Amino acid sequence: MDDIFELLKGKQGESDYENKGVIVQGITGSYGSLHAGKMLEYGTNIVAGVTPGKGGQTWNESIPIYNTMKEAVDATNAKISIIFVPAKFFLGAAKDALEAGIKLLVAIPEHVPIRDTMETLELAKQKGAIVIGPNTPGIMIPELIKIGIMPPMPFKAGKIAVLSKSGTLLYEISDALTNAGFGQSITIGIGGDPVNGTRLIDAFDMVKDIPDLEGMVVVGEIGGDSEEMLAQKIIDSGFNKPTVAYIAGRAAPKEKRMGHAGAIVMGTYGSAESKVSMFNKANIPVAKRPAEVPVLLAGKMEKSD
Amino acid sequence: MQLLEFQAKELFREYGINLLDSISSTNIEEGRKHAKKLGYPFVIKIQVPVGGRGKAGGIQKCQNDDEFEIKYPQVMDLTIKGEKARAILLEKMADIKKELYLSIFLNRSKRCYTIIASAEGGVEIESVKNQIIKEIGLGEVSDELAKEVAKEMGLEGKHAEGVADTLKKLSKLTIEKEAELVEINPLAIMQDDTIMALDGKFVTDDNSNFRHPELEKYQEKTAIEEQAEKSGFSLVELDGDIAVVGNGAGLVMSTLDMLSDNGGKPACFLDVGGGATTESVYEALTLISKLDRVKGILVNLYGGIVKTTVVAEAFLKAYEDNLIDLPVFARLKGTESEKAKEMLQNSKTKIFDSVEEAINSAVMGVK
Repeated sequence: MDDIFELLKGKQGESDYENKGVIVQGITGSYGSLHAGKMLEYGTNIVAGVTPGKGGQTWNESIPIYNTMKEAVDATNAKISIIFVPAKFFLGAAKDALEAGIKLLVAIPEHVPIRDTMETLELAKQKGAIVIGPNTPGIMIPELIKIGIMPPMPFKAGKIAVLSKSGTLLYEISDALTNAGFGQSITIGIGGDPVNGTRLIDAFDMVKDIPDLEGMVVVGEIGGDSEEMLAQKIIDSGFNKPTVAYIAGRAAPKEKRMGHAGAIVMGTYGSAESKVSMFNKANIPVAKRPAEVPVLLAGKMEKSD
Repeated sequence: MQLLEFQAKELFREYGINLLDSISSTNIEEGRKHAKKLGYPFVIKIQVPVGGRGKAGGIQKCQNDDEFEIKYPQVMDLTIKGEKARAILLEKMADIKKELYLSIFLNRSKRCYTIIASAEGGVEIESVKNQIIKEIGLGEVSDELAKEVAKEMGLEGKHAEGVADTLKKLSKLTIEKEAELVEINPLAIMQDDTIMALDGKFVTDDNSNFRHPELEKYQEKTAIEEQAEKSGFSLVELDGDIAVVGNGAGLVMSTLDMLSDNGGKPACFLDVGGGATTESVYEALTLISKLDRVKGILVNLYGGIVKTTVVAEAFLKAYEDNLIDLPVFARLKGTESEKAKEMLQNSKTKIFDSVEEAINSAVMGVK
């Protein structure tokens, strides 16, 4: 599997270093079109759009549209794609992208059937590609590249990695971090679905060896066991950069789905208590509220100095 | 969505899994007819979409008409984990030799279907001992694997064959209907050595509903939930008195947590969603206005995709139409929040800079 930073910005000395091409699938839809514009504004190098049946046209009078991902990849050599098609059509779009050689697939759609996600992941594994999402706000290196739907205001370049299951909490907590002087080296929204292309532990693997990483923030929520797995991995790997967590959903009733498909507690499975206790075991403080995250992080950093 | 036991059993029957005779009813007149048809003794089972029915008195043995007249209404009146009875299932009494456990579920972390089986069943999954766990990918269970599971459960001969057969049918059902979880607990070995599903649990993947029109009849939503779904937001009713409105499931959950920490009681979880419009937020406020227990509204917005002005407009319209006459405590941040604050300046909405202040005022305000 390729290194995420290399995929997002390339190797130093490459002709398109810090300027990687991105293809937008579903660029002519209202959502795709809106966010293609916002990504362009942010500085993301959008090189092509794909909408079956609209090949040969251009989007925004500048970006060529292709009928298939194969044509788009052949023409642009891009390795990154972001998908904005309705959930029903996600599997087809994802297969099209992976077969065409895409190495980083950012899957925005919400309500993708789980089986379709799993089929996508099987194919991605064969092809050695990274899938972020579905139901993700996206991934970004602040002030360099944004592949997603996140607003730009909360984020600032820096040295903290933020991994999050929740979209709005990713914004909220990054905002709190930025205000406290903690910029972000990378932020990854893994998505609120039960099955994620990139799990928290995978996201951790992607960022743990960043050379100038100064700390990590994990934003979790009830449901599943990905926070517990991550805590165990942090214990096992001996990762010792200052890390702080936040878990949403302590007050949520059991057996009720709280908005996200994945946010549901069954029995003790997926409860906030279980996640908090595992993070405590890993010596990772868990903030009670988003505003507490930078405070705890600063405390951790002082100790590690 | 979790189906009721009798609905899960309808699917089990369709796939040839052995079941006792049973009939469901929604009132006692219907129940009496079914009792006659089924014949005593039988078991009265409450139909609610949550577990723990037995402990709560929702499963009762019934020997004769007199018992039936007492127990049917008793069970019908129960509320279990906040859920009222949707129906009552009458089921023939079982002559059980041994109880087993069998389920197939979608393993989030391994990203594949996984079997859990045990030679000890009849209790909740957390207390099922000696679990046999097999990851099975995305396809159906093979003959070999089914036999292996039965063997590992310590079964032999007819019992092993019966369980392997049940497991294969269960896996076909799981795959074809795209279930997140299918569980038989207990799966019983009867005195006559047949294998019988005594209870059934089935959780659908609602995102795949468009491929399964045949499951539509099982969809059960409150009027409010249905309206919420139509308008593109997500709403969970809770039993407190402060309605919590926000954007993004994580942020709304986080607001619920902070509100509870500060002594407030949430009346609902309302995520206006990424595609919120003035109309959809107005719809949401209409729903909230119908919840009698609500004494105040707490709004926590981080405008990214959603413009905070969209929400402000909806509130102004709601005031204009006399839709809401409740105190509103709002924290607005992000896209166009300065403009939104200005819009709401002279309205009944109190604006706060931090979510903490908004929460504290809301808690004080509804007392």
